[in-house]
Amino acid sequence: MGLKTKLFEKHIAANARIIDFGGWNMPLHYGSQKQEHLAVRQSAGIFDVSHMTIIDLSGERVREFLQYLVAGDIKKLKDYGNALYTVMLNCNGGIVDDLIIYFISDKSFRLVTNSATRKKDLTWIQEQAYSFNILINEREDLSMIAVQGPHARELASECLSLDYKNEALLLKPFNSFNAGNIFVARTGYTGEDGFELCISNTDAPKLWDQLLSKGITPCGLGARDTLRLEAALNLYGTDMNEFTSPLESGLSWTIGWNPKDRNFIGRKALEELQSSPNKKQFVGLILEDMGVLRNGQKVLIDEFGDGEITSGGFSPSTGRSIALARLPAGEYDHVKVKVRNKTLKARIVDTPFVYRGEIKIDIKEKINE
Amino acid sequence: MNKIPGDLLFTKDHEWLRQENDGLLTVGITDHAQDALGDLVYVELPVVGQDVIEAGEIAVVESVKAASDVYSPVAGRVEEINQSLADIPENINSDPYGDGWIARIKPTDQIVDNNFMSPDEYEQYIHNLGD
Repeated sequence: MGLKTKLFEKHIAANARIIDFGGWNMPLHYGSQKQEHLAVRQSAGIFDVSHMTIIDLSGERVREFLQYLVAGDIKKLKDYGNALYTVMLNCNGGIVDDLIIYFISDKSFRLVTNSATRKKDLTWIQEQAYSFNILINEREDLSMIAVQGPHARELASECLSLDYKNEALLLKPFNSFNAGNIFVARTGYTGEDGFELCISNTDAPKLWDQLLSKGITPCGLGARDTLRLEAALNLYGTDMNEFTSPLESGLSWTIGWNPKDRNFIGRKALEELQSSPNKKQFVGLILEDMGVLRNGQKVLIDEFGDGEITSGGFSPSTGRSIALARLPAGEYDHVKVKVRNKTLKARIVDTPFVYRGEIKIDIKEKINE
Repeated sequence: MNKIPGDLLFTKDHEWLRQENDGLLTVGITDHAQDALGDLVYVELPVVGQDVIEAGEIAVVESVKAASDVYSPVAGRVEEINQSLADIPENINSDPYGDGWIARIKPTDQIVDNNFMSPDEYEQYIHNLGD
């Protein structure tokens, strides 16, 4: 008996293949993962992401607390609604979780963290908040729906009450606002434009139906995974965990190094690793031989040592196999990957692989038969 | 779901086989197997002339989800492979008992029907798997 979101009945009615995802019964796909993936790249898709953890923090010292809790600089959140993607670190500089922080009001912020890390995150935040007098309110009363794709904002805006439609369409990337009973954020996890919507559990099924009635494709966690892989967006627990540093996970950009005296958790460990010549690199790979790269496969680089694929799979947009990998320091652009009983060739490429419907990497190079 | 043709035999690993008039065995994976795997994206085919042992690996089918081995139901030699799967692996999804066939094998020994399941027995078998 796993946990169910308030949209579970909708998924069953739509013939979803249900899987266990960190204790939740979630849709893997509704028929074809590939077609759901392409619908998001070409038009629009909706995802039930109600399993994600929503935590509202409030208090007089909440900003000061966040400056201590996360690696990102909260000063970047200047105006109400601004959003910031960053990481919470432990004292060793390992990643406790990645999250998006929304600036709600002077004394309150919304955190959206992962699902499988829920308990750990809440405990961690509680422990750190001890001396800051912060009210921690987990919003289990809210469901969350992601609407993603080139037509997502336009179609989703039609499901808002008229008063908010324009404001939603004018919303800038990484911003949010309250459209009546719906919290609308222009964020996502697919590399496409779109919204993430928070709404009361009671109203969620109705909104889901409204979005479907606009012709938006329901998408499962399968498509969500291949979309985020193409967009080179990390998955917690797969690409990173408590033992990996953001500096070795492609997340250096989420760290606010300035001001130098901001003492966030894990800072010292990051500074030590930053100057290390052995710091691993986190890269994108495209497979040049036939086959499919998968999580956990070993990467071999002559003279430099071994690395590991953290996320690998087939990319429906490019028709090729791609991966994210953590590799030893050094300058090289071709690697070998142990795939089952074979050793296949792969090439390092700039990420994202796909962004806003466009293939960003060179996929024309010949595939060896 | 694709209807199971009556002239097929089945293994517990969800392969099907058909005895052709020319003495060869056509092998593929079942509708149940393709459905569980999801969209197929790559098939690693055997080589024509390759010897296979009973329950030995004959192909690898990779879906958006995972890689899965296909085992040879019998010992023998690969006589023909379905080359079209190199470009259109999704044929296994759309037509597992037809265009989605994987290989034709010349068996070393006579086939013993009792070693395999009939269509009815296989349907009962997947029903009992509780899916």
